[in-house]
Amino acid sequence: MTNLTDLTIAEARDGLAAKRFTARELTAAHVAAVEAVRPLNAFITETPELALAQAESSDARLLRGEARPLEGLPLAIKDLFCTKEVLTTAASHILDGFKPPYESTVTQNLWDAGAVMLGKLNLDEFAMGSSTTTSFYGPTESPWRRDGDNRALVPGGSSGGSAAAVAARAALGATGTDTGGSIRQPASFVGIVGLKPTYGRCSRWGTIAFASSLDQAGPMTRSVRDAAIMLKAMAGHDPKDSTSAPQAVPDFEAALSGDIRGLKIGIPKEYRVDGMKREIEALWQRGIDWIKDAGAEPVEISLPMTKYALATYYIIAPAEASSNLARYDGVRFGLRVPGKTLDEMYELTRAEGFGAEVQRRILIGTYVLSAGYYDAYYLKAQRVRTLIARDFAEAYKQVECILTPTTPSTAFAIGEKSDDPIAMYLNDVFTVPVNLAGLPGISVPAGLGEDGLPLGLQVIGRAFDEATILRVAGVIERAAGFTARPQFLAGRS
Amino acid sequence: MSLIEGRTGEWEVVIGLEVHAQIISNAKLFSGAATAFGAEPNTQVSPVDAGFPGMLPVINRRCVEQAVKTGLGLAARINLHSVFDRKNYFYADLPQGYQISQYLTPVVGKGSIILDMPDGSAREIGITRLHLEQDAGKSLHDQQATSTYVDLNRSGVGLMEIVSEPDMRTAEEAGAYLRKLRSILRYLGTCDGNMEEGSMRCDVNVSVRKPGAPLGTRCEIKNVNSVRFVMLAIDYEARRQVEVLEDGGEIRQETRLFDSGRGTTRPMRSKENAHDYRYFPDPDLLPLILDPAWVEGIKRTLPELPDAKKSRFVRDYGLSVEDAGVLVAEQESADYFEAVARGRDAKLAANWVMGDLFGALNRLGRRIEDSPVSAAGLGEMIDLIADGTLSGRLAKDVFAGMVETGASPAAIVEERGLRQVTDTGEIETAIDAVLAANGDKVAEYRSGKDKLFGFFVGQVMKATQGKANPATLNEILRNKLAG
Amino acid sequence: MALDKATVAHIATLARIKLPETEQGRIAGELSHILTWIEQLSEVNTDGVEPMTSVVAMTMPMREDVVTDGNRVDDILANAPERANGFFVVPKVVE
Repeated sequence: MTNLTDLTIAEARDGLAAKRFTARELTAAHVAAVEAVRPLNAFITETPELALAQAESSDARLLRGEARPLEGLPLAIKDLFCTKEVLTTAASHILDGFKPPYESTVTQNLWDAGAVMLGKLNLDEFAMGSSTTTSFYGPTESPWRRDGDNRALVPGGSSGGSAAAVAARAALGATGTDTGGSIRQPASFVGIVGLKPTYGRCSRWGTIAFASSLDQAGPMTRSVRDAAIMLKAMAGHDPKDSTSAPQAVPDFEAALSGDIRGLKIGIPKEYRVDGMKREIEALWQRGIDWIKDAGAEPVEISLPMTKYALATYYIIAPAEASSNLARYDGVRFGLRVPGKTLDEMYELTRAEGFGAEVQRRILIGTYVLSAGYYDAYYLKAQRVRTLIARDFAEAYKQVECILTPTTPSTAFAIGEKSDDPIAMYLNDVFTVPVNLAGLPGISVPAGLGEDGLPLGLQVIGRAFDEATILRVAGVIERAAGFTARPQFLAGRS
Repeated sequence: MSLIEGRTGEWEVVIGLEVHAQIISNAKLFSGAATAFGAEPNTQVSPVDAGFPGMLPVINRRCVEQAVKTGLGLAARINLHSVFDRKNYFYADLPQGYQISQYLTPVVGKGSIILDMPDGSAREIGITRLHLEQDAGKSLHDQQATSTYVDLNRSGVGLMEIVSEPDMRTAEEAGAYLRKLRSILRYLGTCDGNMEEGSMRCDVNVSVRKPGAPLGTRCEIKNVNSVRFVMLAIDYEARRQVEVLEDGGEIRQETRLFDSGRGTTRPMRSKENAHDYRYFPDPDLLPLILDPAWVEGIKRTLPELPDAKKSRFVRDYGLSVEDAGVLVAEQESADYFEAVARGRDAKLAANWVMGDLFGALNRLGRRIEDSPVSAAGLGEMIDLIADGTLSGRLAKDVFAGMVETGASPAAIVEERGLRQVTDTGEIETAIDAVLAANGDKVAEYRSGKDKLFGFFVGQVMKATQGKANPATLNEILRNKLAG
Repeated sequence: MALDKATVAHIATLARIKLPETEQGRIAGELSHILTWIEQLSEVNTDGVEPMTSVVAMTMPMREDVVTDGNRVDDILANAPERANGFFVVPKVVE
């Protein structure tokens, strides 16, 4: 029998349906894999008993012929999604011991579809970062190594635990959240598929907020088909989230026809940033060739505001975060550091509870909203954001989707770039505009860099047209034939 | 304009009020928890109201409707496009660390309220705006020596903040404004106006200036919880400011607290830090867009409001402006009066309602909705006066009986034999007996001591147990004494 | 924009984060660095451009006025660092 942890979601689903193995067997294999990948520090909380109990009830359903779309499939959850009565931390000291009395809509949707929960995954504290090194629970390591270099690398971030767990075969798939690239960048770094849906496609209810107007949950999987299957289960209108779109969720898997003939695909000239690495440029060109070979038509387009996206993002995201994180005050949940007065208690609790990067962003956000600076920073940024969205709207008059690299480089070592926040922020240069415009974007593994590390290509779509980017990503996936595996695999190293 | 006298001359007091009116709704502004007053602590709290991680607001349609209704009732502009902002500050009873409010674009813009002053004059007070916002929870400071207890039942209840222009000049005007606003809110059914329970709270902005001078620096007095206290707070604060200024001091713009025990105001310690609320549009919500047809629909459901009702009472019932004003202050009294007056002598009805009925309710500490005498009962009694069954005097006894027992006037008349005696023979007999027994007084009367007429009336009434028809009695007695 | 230590101290107070005085200089430097980078936005002409207020084009949904939550005081208090008699407890506040 093939190794159960090597299966894709689609294969595992079909295997369960064909009774080649049971949900319990599948889950037990993954529970063992979760243990085996502990050196990566991908999980903050493991929930093996819960997983096995869920698997048993899935087996009963399978037996009765009542299997749901994700019946018995073991997944892992970024620890930014609230899970009822299961420790939920956002990788922050300030949420010490927090067990929510509710389940996030996205995870509830997964459980309602029959999925099994393996545990809660590490991330940058409050999803603020691109490396999963700011977690209170310590950094997550990528399962990959550079050729001839054994230094530990970052899995990207903020959904680095999700990326590492899926790449190392400890989970069939994982949820991520993406505020500025937090699904796509780590997916690119570890050679998996990561999809950030259209803003409003997945409910934000019960997901711990970083920047409300940018946050969006999405799947991280080892195939495009898996991303389609998982997104279908996660998505849907939620009346508990005022920004959740009342849009029907199509059958994304059925949209994977492999046929992109005649499709016009934009190639934005502004993404050829100064000093872009040759290998990135070459990868991008390969992508263009692949889609051309498949009968699509690459069209050069212009997104003139691209260069301002990062600065815009680093005003809006911290501003929203500074307000979203005000609720962590030591009164109703989480950490409290005692103080003589209420204000002293607040100040001590928040100083100890938040890490350096979170504090930095709260302070920036507080500053850009403060009296006298609001117009120059926040309001200005929201106007530029309108222009960025307008760029995309203009482009979509000519093309149906857009192809770009996902990241400007391959993964870096833990500790690299940590002394200069802006160098770290530049990781998100290709992903951030998509969040600002609220559009869907997918990263699909497309090859290896000169250092032997994975690189992804990004396909950006029109709002609520995840079906098209999945289809294009599927074509790239097949053309790229990405079969490289990380050095660290569950049960093998 | 009334001014206050200081050592250096006259000062003008400038007053603006910010009223926080709790919206009447079943559920909170952005969550599905209940709003009822007086529940056990933290029982009417959803994770949204407690600011739990990942919780999101969804607006309650009824709260929006109530705000629009109130705006229409204040003759105000309804903004079809408005935005919810976050007002960021830390406090123990503000779980999210921000209050969802409306800053730059409120749902209701400029309107006005007409005040009827006791001297019969009318004053128009401008309404600057009305916006929707969340209420905070409650901090209890006196439960325990070293701690403050926090109850979030009130957290997230819908509030309308109604801001007036600084158009008021006396404590009396401020009092009249509050009473009138409360009356309008109650008519509309958008707020119960109960200041004791805190469902209507008032922040008072007070400044003083020499007449004609530019506006002075204002102080804001927070959470004053009765009309009387508002008036006391204004009087105290205006005096204080005049004294400070006349002593060569300066008024600091600050937030003060009214001490109802001492009748004074003092700076609020917890508000010492300069505030910077960092307002920005709440990214969890979208702009509030109202359909003009929906607003028009709400307009059509508006009840007759106090000003219109008062004019109608004056016009249709011939009441004085003052009486009409008293009757329309509460919708329930107005309805009661109309039920009594319909098809009857309206002035008589008004006198009974405002006199004996209000007196009895006052004595019993009851509201008119719980009156022991129904409007129908009082109407029947007035009918008995009209058909001569009861004299005014007997009616008072019957009314007392109705208050006491809740029985119908007819039943009381029968049971206690209070029917008026109009039979001339019976009255004549009684008069004869009284005159015969008081020969000396009859002689005195006839020699010019007219005042004794009242004495004879009293004696006859006594003899008939008050039941003699007063007009008949007077006529026969006068004739007999003249004879 | 270069932030001074006093401004940093003020922002930290607004954000209720205790910042030791010895840290203020370093943080001021870091924040100034980021703010200077952010200020490239001033190059963009945004005259007549409306700020973005909603990411997706849709109208705000409204809830019906129905009580759907509450009476779960144990849930609400379960995570509280300090609680008593059904209340959250915080250090004494003087108004």
